[in-house]
Amino acid sequence: MVDIRHGTGEQIGPAEVEDVELYHPHSWWTRYVFSQDAKIIAVQYASTAIAIGMVALVLSWLMRLQLGFPGAFAFIDAERYYQFITMHGMIMVIYLLTALFLGGFGNYLIPLMLGARDMVFPYANMLSYWLYLLAVLVLVASFFAPGGPTGAGWTLYPPQAVMSGTPGGNDWGIVLMLSSLILFVIGFTMGGLNYVVTVLQGRTRGMTLMRMPLTVWGIFTATVMALLAFPALFVACVMMLFDRILGTSFFMPAIVEMGEQLQHGGGSPILFQHLFWFFGHPEVYIVALPAFGIVSDLISTHARKNIFGYRMMVWAIVIIGALSFIVWAHHMYVSGMNPYFGFFFATTTLIIAVPTAIKVYNWVLTLWRGDIHLSLPMLFALAFIVTFVNGGLTGLFLGNVVVDVPLSDTMFVVAHFHMVMGVAPILVIFGAIYHWYPKITGRMLNEAMGQLHFWVTFVGAYLIFFPMHYLGLIGMPRRYYEMGETAFVPASAHTLNEFITIMALIVGAAQIVFLFNLIWSIRHGREAGGNPWRATTLEWQTPETPPRHGNWKELPVVYRWPYDYSVPGAAEDFIPQNQPGATSHAPEGAS
Amino acid sequence: MAVVVVLVLVAVGSVLFHLLSPWWWTPIASNWNYIDNTLIITFWITGVVFVAVVLFMAYCVLRFRHRPGNRAAYEPENRKLEGWLAGGTTLGVAAMLTPGLFVWHQFVTVPDGAAEVEVVGQQWLWSFRLPGADGKLGTSETRDITPENSLGLNRNDAAALDDVVIEGGELHLEVGKPVKMLLRSVDVLHDFYVPEFRAKMDMVPGMVTYFWLTPTRTGTFEVLCAELCGTGHPQMRGTVIVDNAADYQTWLSQQTTFQQLQAKAGTKETAQAGNAAPAQ
Repeated sequence: MVDIRHGTGEQIGPAEVEDVELYHPHSWWTRYVFSQDAKIIAVQYASTAIAIGMVALVLSWLMRLQLGFPGAFAFIDAERYYQFITMHGMIMVIYLLTALFLGGFGNYLIPLMLGARDMVFPYANMLSYWLYLLAVLVLVASFFAPGGPTGAGWTLYPPQAVMSGTPGGNDWGIVLMLSSLILFVIGFTMGGLNYVVTVLQGRTRGMTLMRMPLTVWGIFTATVMALLAFPALFVACVMMLFDRILGTSFFMPAIVEMGEQLQHGGGSPILFQHLFWFFGHPEVYIVALPAFGIVSDLISTHARKNIFGYRMMVWAIVIIGALSFIVWAHHMYVSGMNPYFGFFFATTTLIIAVPTAIKVYNWVLTLWRGDIHLSLPMLFALAFIVTFVNGGLTGLFLGNVVVDVPLSDTMFVVAHFHMVMGVAPILVIFGAIYHWYPKITGRMLNEAMGQLHFWVTFVGAYLIFFPMHYLGLIGMPRRYYEMGETAFVPASAHTLNEFITIMALIVGAAQIVFLFNLIWSIRHGREAGGNPWRATTLEWQTPETPPRHGNWKELPVVYRWPYDYSVPGAAEDFIPQNQPGATSHAPEGAS
Repeated sequence: MAVVVVLVLVAVGSVLFHLLSPWWWTPIASNWNYIDNTLIITFWITGVVFVAVVLFMAYCVLRFRHRPGNRAAYEPENRKLEGWLAGGTTLGVAAMLTPGLFVWHQFVTVPDGAAEVEVVGQQWLWSFRLPGADGKLGTSETRDITPENSLGLNRNDAAALDDVVIEGGELHLEVGKPVKMLLRSVDVLHDFYVPEFRAKMDMVPGMVTYFWLTPTRTGTFEVLCAELCGTGHPQMRGTVIVDNAADYQTWLSQQTTFQQLQAKAGTKETAQAGNAAPAQ
């Protein structure tokens, strides 16, 4: 077995292609606005994603106010409530999580971590951001359109999504939603091709695939998946748009709406669900895999220990990515599809638990015999493991087809997916921002504000979503504007709902502290220096901090894997990837 | 050390919450206690894993937190340990999946002789149809729906004429008798959901879906819609009453058949009924 850590006596060959000159900006506009620098594009993506994410946060407050205190706020009527939940869900999944992980961290970290000067197609990269911004603006426009945004639920299931009983169904709402998604997919494709080609073709000398940091592996695999999955969403959106505007019947069977025969017939609502979840399930991992990768690097760096089982971690990422394309119908166990599908999809779904569990084991085994620095990124990483394990385990309930039947469409599902793909990845995003902010700005984020932010967010989010599972166990359905008088729901469940709402308000408020910290520290943060965490990966070895356009003076050459922490015999407890030579004390082979 | 305390609290607190909180499922009223059993097995296996992982993390943070002079161990891989963990996980997953698939096989296998009941969803009310004296449900078609024929039954199908039609009312089921629920929607997705029955299924316009159950105790149960169907979704309620055999027969004898409904409507609006018929 090859030694993955550093090829002893390996000769790094000369460059195969000449270093290319980048297009350098000539004005403030081309430097900061229409920039082709992946690092600026990353900040643009991230800022836009966080801004629209704040809208989603406020929407979650509003929906929780209704659930905790039904009827207390007159302006939240049923129509608005459904608009709030729909927009909250869609914004969080697509416009915040996907955009921030791939457009934000992907753009910033891929070229820097691989020792490249930039993405391989900088112009397409710039277009990608502007299309994303346009998609966000179209989405926001639906708040101001006649009839307001769509209230079809974030899954946009037809026929109701395009009918009059749903807010925005026969108005602008659904049209703008679908248009925005189409724009997003086009924009993402430009960025995604960039990330994939840069990883495959843009690595510096010595940076073999098996020397890439897991962050890059996570983002790379997620991008490949997104390029394969988003087309399904794209065609589903186009077809539904045709149904809505041109009167086609892709998803519309014969329908009687409020006593009136509609001019549709022969379409299949379940076809949409298959297309949607063929995108939608990989989407879960498009968000999760970058989080897996990033958190691996955070844990390794801050525990001063190599990630445990690197090769297994890489293969687990790839296998999860592949398997996630054959599990989509576990979202549809009670959809009315042929019930015999249940056997197949329950089996594939539970098989995915094995590589996922291996990742969890390897994270906690990295902590074992480490030198754990309880820095903010490490705290967020620990909190991620807790929430991810919790949410992953409840996935075993919902993935096991027969257990899903009573729990499907209840608050248990809401609690599960918030824990596993809401709270957990967002904790990684926070950890990652605390970790890389010093490289992006040259200054550290304020520690005291960070501690406050961490504790309120972690403990608060757990208190929101852990008890919520039990509301679902009672049988409380999701997407109910109000429970009203329901015999099987005890009064204590309403008290629990009030508690959850109050916690949600507090956790939301803590994010304002975080935003303030982000802005305040740009000027007032402690000077970070080039490598404040004493990390091994290339982005910490740039000649300047923040790195200038082009990243490097001379392109770095890579001599070792990214996890040479606490190597026995080495003077420091980390050896950067671009430091030549085997260590004086070469450890035993990894095989 | 706050982290260690909080991690331990999360692990222990979650278990205590599970054991002590008043929130648990509703008492079951169908044969699907197999589902409940599989759920309990899953709770046990996942609960042990969760507590083990979180407590192990807490121990690591306590034992290996940074102190001056500390240095981490250097151990890139341990194939034996990784192999054992992967194997153990596979076993645990199989222990949950296997009973799950057996129960699912029961779930999708409708017993011979199950009575058929049709549930029809529309925004935002429930209707029901029972086979009449012939024991067969007649054919139906969304296109045939008119104000007088709200379920779109086929007037030319003899089997449809004696069907019992219950519009927006209560459904009665007989205790101890397996029943196949045939589900149909005329507009958007709905989902026939009675928490006490455990089983549920979406209703999709353009097709007929189903599930089956045997009611195991008498009583009155609330029907909810579990698939978002527009603004009125939370108001889409109905009632299922599980009767003993005698009560059920009494109730059934008081219901109206499709033919009787047509006759009633026909005497009032002969002209409209006449227009609708040729369309078939």
